[in-house]
Amino acid sequence: MTLENSAPAGSILVVGGGISGLTTALEAAEVGYDVYIVEKTASLGGRVAQLNQYFPKLCPPTCGLEINYKRIRDNARIKVLTLSEVESVTGTPGSYSVQVKVNPRYVNENCTCCGECAKVCTAEIDNAFDFGMSKTKGAYLPHGMAFPQRYVIAPEIIGTDDAAKAAEACKYNAVDLSMQPKVLNLVVGSVVWATGWKPYDAAKIDNLGFGRYPDIITNMMLERLASKTGPTEGKIVRPSDGKAPSSVAFVQCAGSRDENHLSYCSYICCMASLKHATYIRSQYPDAEVYIYYIDLRAPGYRYEKFYKMLKDDPKVFFIKGKVAEVAEEGGKILVTAENAVTGEKSRRAVDMAVLATGMEPSLAGAKPRADLVFTEEGFIVNDYAKGGQFACGCANKPADVVSSNQNATGMALKAIQTLVKR
Amino acid sequence: MQKKYGVYICTGCGIGEVLNIEKLESVVAEKRFACKTHACLCGQEGLDLIKADVAEGTNALAIAACSRRVNFDIFKFDGCVVDRVNLREGVVWSHSRDVFPGPVTEDEKADEYFVDRIQQMADDYIRMGMARIEKIAIPAPYKLENFSKKILVIGGGVTGMSAALDAAAAGYEVTIVEKEETLGGYAAKMRKQMPVVMPFESLIPPVVNDKIKAVEASSKIEVKTGTVVARIAGQPGDFTVTFKKPGEKIEFDVPLAVPEEQRVDANGKALDVDQIRVIYNQINEGRADVLTFDPNGVKYGAVILAAGWKPAEVNAEAWAHLGVGHADVITNHQFEMMAKEGKVVRPSDGRPAKNVVFVQSPGKDGDDADFDYCGSVTSMVALKQAKYVREDYADGKAYVIYQHMRTPGLQENFYKSMQQDPGVFLTKGEVTAVEPTADGLVVTAGSTLLGDEIQIRADLVVLATGMVPATKEDPVVNLAYRQGPGFRDIKTFDGYADSNFICFPYETQRTGVYAAGAVRRSQTIEESMEDAAGAALKAIQCVESANRGVAVHPRSGDMTFPDFFFQRCTQCKRCTEECPFGALDDDERGTPKPNPTRCRRCGTCMGACPERIIGFADYSIDSVGSMVKSIWVPSDMDFTEPPMRILGLVCENDAYPALDMAAMNRISYHADVRIIPVRCLGSVNVIWIKDALSQGMDGVFMMGCKHGDDYQCHFVKGSELMDVRSSKMGDTLVSLGLENERVAQFEVAIDEFDKAPELINKFVARIEELGPNPFKGF
Repeated sequence: MTLENSAPAGSILVVGGGISGLTTALEAAEVGYDVYIVEKTASLGGRVAQLNQYFPKLCPPTCGLEINYKRIRDNARIKVLTLSEVESVTGTPGSYSVQVKVNPRYVNENCTCCGECAKVCTAEIDNAFDFGMSKTKGAYLPHGMAFPQRYVIAPEIIGTDDAAKAAEACKYNAVDLSMQPKVLNLVVGSVVWATGWKPYDAAKIDNLGFGRYPDIITNMMLERLASKTGPTEGKIVRPSDGKAPSSVAFVQCAGSRDENHLSYCSYICCMASLKHATYIRSQYPDAEVYIYYIDLRAPGYRYEKFYKMLKDDPKVFFIKGKVAEVAEEGGKILVTAENAVTGEKSRRAVDMAVLATGMEPSLAGAKPRADLVFTEEGFIVNDYAKGGQFACGCANKPADVVSSNQNATGMALKAIQTLVKR
Repeated sequence: MQKKYGVYICTGCGIGEVLNIEKLESVVAEKRFACKTHACLCGQEGLDLIKADVAEGTNALAIAACSRRVNFDIFKFDGCVVDRVNLREGVVWSHSRDVFPGPVTEDEKADEYFVDRIQQMADDYIRMGMARIEKIAIPAPYKLENFSKKILVIGGGVTGMSAALDAAAAGYEVTIVEKEETLGGYAAKMRKQMPVVMPFESLIPPVVNDKIKAVEASSKIEVKTGTVVARIAGQPGDFTVTFKKPGEKIEFDVPLAVPEEQRVDANGKALDVDQIRVIYNQINEGRADVLTFDPNGVKYGAVILAAGWKPAEVNAEAWAHLGVGHADVITNHQFEMMAKEGKVVRPSDGRPAKNVVFVQSPGKDGDDADFDYCGSVTSMVALKQAKYVREDYADGKAYVIYQHMRTPGLQENFYKSMQQDPGVFLTKGEVTAVEPTADGLVVTAGSTLLGDEIQIRADLVVLATGMVPATKEDPVVNLAYRQGPGFRDIKTFDGYADSNFICFPYETQRTGVYAAGAVRRSQTIEESMEDAAGAALKAIQCVESANRGVAVHPRSGDMTFPDFFFQRCTQCKRCTEECPFGALDDDERGTPKPNPTRCRRCGTCMGACPERIIGFADYSIDSVGSMVKSIWVPSDMDFTEPPMRILGLVCENDAYPALDMAAMNRISYHADVRIIPVRCLGSVNVIWIKDALSQGMDGVFMMGCKHGDDYQCHFVKGSELMDVRSSKMGDTLVSLGLENERVAQFEVAIDEFDKAPELINKFVARIEELGPNPFKGF
């Protein structure tokens, strides 16, 4: 599947192997075009692979990912490069030269996924997939449903005894500690940026207490807590003492719609918190959920229905008002908010607070060397008149999964148009 | 195909440590198939071993190693049929020697009556793999005799024109059919529109005018205005389309489906298929049958449905408190039409409407929902229309009263820029009354940001009514399909031609027909144009896939298609009725006519067929049936306490990966179970269940996706249909003298890798209680 030689001019490069990138790549390949997926982590799936369920169907994202992986398996036109990053794109629509840096996995295709390498490692490292709430061995499978299903040796353990032990334990000559980073040059006709998003750093929002008190977590952390493959095997508990929460507050627009942080609306956080309320309510029939919001953005017939279902739950409370402060007091989390309608200041002690942190484009910081136009906040602006390079999904704007897939399908066509025009 | 068989057993990844490989080899020897073992089949040496045999003519291979979900690309050999016998995840990883011990002592090893459950499981899986490769063949693609790559776009609004331009830019010929006399649709009737690009700040002239020019300039796009689709017959790649003038009645008007209420008798009992067919023929008297093709029809390869929306009707009764009926209480649609014509005025007396209140939510009984069929679009339309008031009158004031201002994503920028206008007042609130005064109206609202109860004097009140999809009342696509002219189950989606799948937004139950724009959900112009590109891609992809003779999503690239042995067809019509994609149109006798490019290869027809005359090259009644029959069912002739045998027919899309996941987590389930992956539970034919039970197996379970409104079945109906089929098996079981409980169906999602083994074990425990199948040993 992984080829090193360049594709013929006329192929498409998709940057990012999350749900948007997978969609663009597969939709284009199934028309009959050659596609490269360049993914910076060790496996595909991106942000959605970390989610427990999708709203509003409450179905597992792995279900659709599995189908997409099957489509990749069955399609020789798609080449996947993991642990790889695009460093630069030069050229013009129809003829680009792309420099890709491939970082070492230290495990080659001989890996059978038997897991012996992990067994012999002793040191543990923070598991970024679980936002540091769990540890992994230095030799690890990125996650249970990882695709490609192949182990990785963390760069942190290279040069240590663990690495040597892992190499020794492998019966299949799959561990190769001598791997070095390498640079590939790909020649492609068009580029689709599907670089996605990252959770806004909640620690930057001073008044919301994240990082100071363990029982204030983010919405994405809650996804991992709710997931059977997460740090608590799916049990939502207070990080401080592992106890079941009897009340949980959700702080909407944590960073979003805020000139000091993200000026835009992050699109998904209202629906995500409604979904999270269902996680908590299904695990704890007596638990109370408080949702503090500015506007509840549940647009469209499906989302309206989902919101209505939550409104009908007598233990889910909606409070229109922006949260002024989240802090800890006497082992409880104290949420202070002003009710926007009544003007009353309210203080409520809960067991846990979840910050509905928004999405920041992945390219908000370091930008690749490529002829792209960015918004101030790091989203890529599409210029259809120029063509050649396009952004889809959350690289282009904050969006839910449905809209991202819609737009990722459309961008596959824009990429194809560039090739046809040549 | 002349077959030369080879079985390759991998002993790596723990297989060799847990299993007696010589025993496995002796199982292969029963069939006299060639057999080789290797410590790492997926390694270069192992592969070379296989490749050397392939070069020598071996072309039917059973690879007994890991799950088919891994190493898929390397165990692929051109010109060969391959079965993956899942010894790793399916046997040794999911079954621990601690729970199911093997022979350890010399006495045990010598004891031929020792029950080694794990070994027996592996033996059976090898037998099943060998049985399968005997029965399957290499598929040849289905090629259409006539083929068109042209794309038909229904609807000449901004979505339809965008789709047409996008398809044309990729090199495809397109026809736009528009019922009105001119192109443009609703977007052409607007004064201005919301911004479509960053920075999303101010109103812009409608982009639709540029689209019309581009369409008119394109040599690849043909436009038929004042025209509708009477029917679309045939299948993707070879549709025959009949056009007509709106309102015309012609012979090729599409046959209608029998409405739900006519499918039951006076007592509410469901009529049988033949009775329904009589009614079908009555209501379609005078219309050419679906199998009669219009000789003057035009050929197309795929269809894009961009029929748009209609303004929602005003509900005078429910919204009486909003002053509905008063001349100066109008809808956002009426307001837009007025604003396009000239300045905004009071309809009652034509005087300037300088104070305008926009109401976003009917606001009754404390409910904060917007009007029906709204979305974020209507919030933004209110902001846009507020701006019209300000454009028309320097001293104009616009008030927007909302429950939730819905401007998601970057459209928040538009909201923010509107907040800068001192003449636009935005507040949350519940409108409780709109009442006439001597000079105009007074709007009363509670729970607002400006006070507990406020009153606003208004010249005009505008209600944010929703956008009703064109497909709510009218099928529009008018497919000449036996199952009916529209999208099936559209009521589940409130009349939208939407996909149920979050991951796959363009999937419909009608292959080759892709919806875009407001017909899918209320969308802005920006969203609709993007959506149009997506639908155009899917249409192109469908045409190209049909041309290559392969399936589209979700079995993309699959070259198999259902093959019918018509001589034995009893015209029961079940396949026609049950196909989730309406791929079959039966003739007047009831014999199904397959339309392979409509087919998504789920095999539901194969599961439905009581005569068992439907099959695929690599998946058939016989291939699975032979696997079932190859399972060794020990009886008390073999052992004093024979182990049970339980068959699991498991959906390969979700339940099977869940079991693989369970194996990776070393979660165990009973070793007397034999799993066969199936394309979809819909493809499960009850004959497999009967065969299993009559050969003495003790129980059969099906494991598949959730059904219901939020179904997760990738083929929409499969698990639901199988549930019905297995529930109807009760009588058969009783007549065999077997308990109902010996057959069960479970729903699991792909991530329920802990629950799946649990369900299996509970089922096994229940069967254990019932005792062995009395047929055992006969």
